Amino acid sequence: MNTTTMVAKDERSKISVKNLDFFYGKFHALKDINLEIPEKKVTAFIGPSGCGKSTLLRVFNRMFELYPEQKARGEVILDGDNLLTSKQDVALLRAKVGMVFQKPTPFPMSIFDNIAFGVKLFESLNSTDMEERVEWALRKAALWNEVKDKLKQNGASLSGGQQQRLCIARGVAIKPEVILLDEPCSALDPISTAKIEELIIELKQDYTVVIVTHNMQQAARCSDYTAYMYLGDLMEFGATEQIFFKPSRQETEDYITGRFG
Amino acid sequence: MSDKHLSTQFDSELSSVSSRVMELGGLVESQIRQAVYALSEFNVEVARQVMATEVNVNKLEVEIDREISSIIGRRQPTARDLRLLIAISKATADLERVGDEAAKIARMVLSIISSGTPRSLPSHELRVASDLASGLLRKALDAFARLDTNAALLILKEDDLIDREFDGFVRKLITYMMEDPRMISPSLDLLFLAKAIERIGDHAKNIAELIIYIVKGADVRHAPMEQVESVVK
Repeated sequence: MNTTTMVAKDERSKISVKNLDFFYGKFHALKDINLEIPEKKVTAFIGPSGCGKSTLLRVFNRMFELYPEQKARGEVILDGDNLLTSKQDVALLRAKVGMVFQKPTPFPMSIFDNIAFGVKLFESLNSTDMEERVEWALRKAALWNEVKDKLKQNGASLSGGQQQRLCIARGVAIKPEVILLDEPCSALDPISTAKIEELIIELKQDYTVVIVTHNMQQAARCSDYTAYMYLGDLMEFGATEQIFFKPSRQETEDYITGRFG
Repeated sequence: MSDKHLSTQFDSELSSVSSRVMELGGLVESQIRQAVYALSEFNVEVARQVMATEVNVNKLEVEIDREISSIIGRRQPTARDLRLLIAISKATADLERVGDEAAKIARMVLSIISSGTPRSLPSHELRVASDLASGLLRKALDAFARLDTNAALLILKEDDLIDREFDGFVRKLITYMMEDPRMISPSLDLLFLAKAIERIGDHAKNIAELIIYIVKGADVRHAPMEQVESVVK
């Protein structure tokens, strides 16, 4: 729709998206997206179903490559490297760009092993270091106090909100740089949601966070920047406060005020 | 693009609270008209009516605030809905104060009448200012109902006229008091009354600024006129 890159003023960017097009077979799902994701900030993608927000998120760690009919064209530059053409190992990329899904997906193993599993793939730590790392990750995910006495229990024994925080801890444990959250709270109750939102704000001290959410109030509460997408176009990107108070486009205003129809 | 929310209930809540503000505006407007009439005719009956209306104004203010709190709590409004509700809340407070000023005028009229010297006071000198003030409030309410920023801009400019009228009146009143010190006490009543008229103009101006806030999302309070003009254009 326009080729001017959407940039957050006075922010260092972590991911630069340039002229990105995305196709599901013949379906053109993302149209010439130009966007700079600011470093160590929370960026929220909002928009109606099918607008391409999850698709864009999945490009950032090449999750789409699991499906041969899905194609991305353009550039997504992470730390100077275009990850769409990069020879970099996908597993390494995903260690750097972690992802948490809509439904909690704990591995069928103990809470401790849920965290340790990913760490073992990239580092060989002795048992003391591993214990420290697991505790560190669980503390980061604000879950430690709730599980410290039952680390040997199965991850699936936790509540939905705790499972989701376990997944975040699992992502954090391998020390990524970017954390992608795809509707992380849609299956959670308000208290668990509030805990995750608190956690998101904590996480941005060390990581760049990108969150896709249908809950606009959630975007308003916990993001620094918001991107509004519609039918594969990036319509507007700006400081969250500005988007929710006085967006510059009528379409954005209609969507966030519930006039969309 | 549609101007309606997906929730028709939300639409009807917003239009209900907006129409209550207009009702409140109509009420205080009639208070001012009556107060100005009571002043020009020194009519005790009408002055008392103005003071009696205050109860209804206060009741309506409380109701509007309750509706606003309920909408914010239940709907979490954003963007122009949020700006509209904040502006309605502030405009309601302004209108209630206008009602207070009208009641103050009525009280001063009664006080001047009871002093027994009403006809010899230069109260006719306040005619222009009081017509300006009540006219300005009416225009502000009209512009608010239509969210007309150009009309709002004109109101901001017109408020200066009232301020100038007020300054001129104060000068005349001082001369008058110097000429006849026995008139100092009723003249002070008249001074408070003039101040109340001037304040009504200020409230109309506040409402005009709120219109620009709703439509343009810009806070133009305390901004120089050129800046306000550039926001509206």
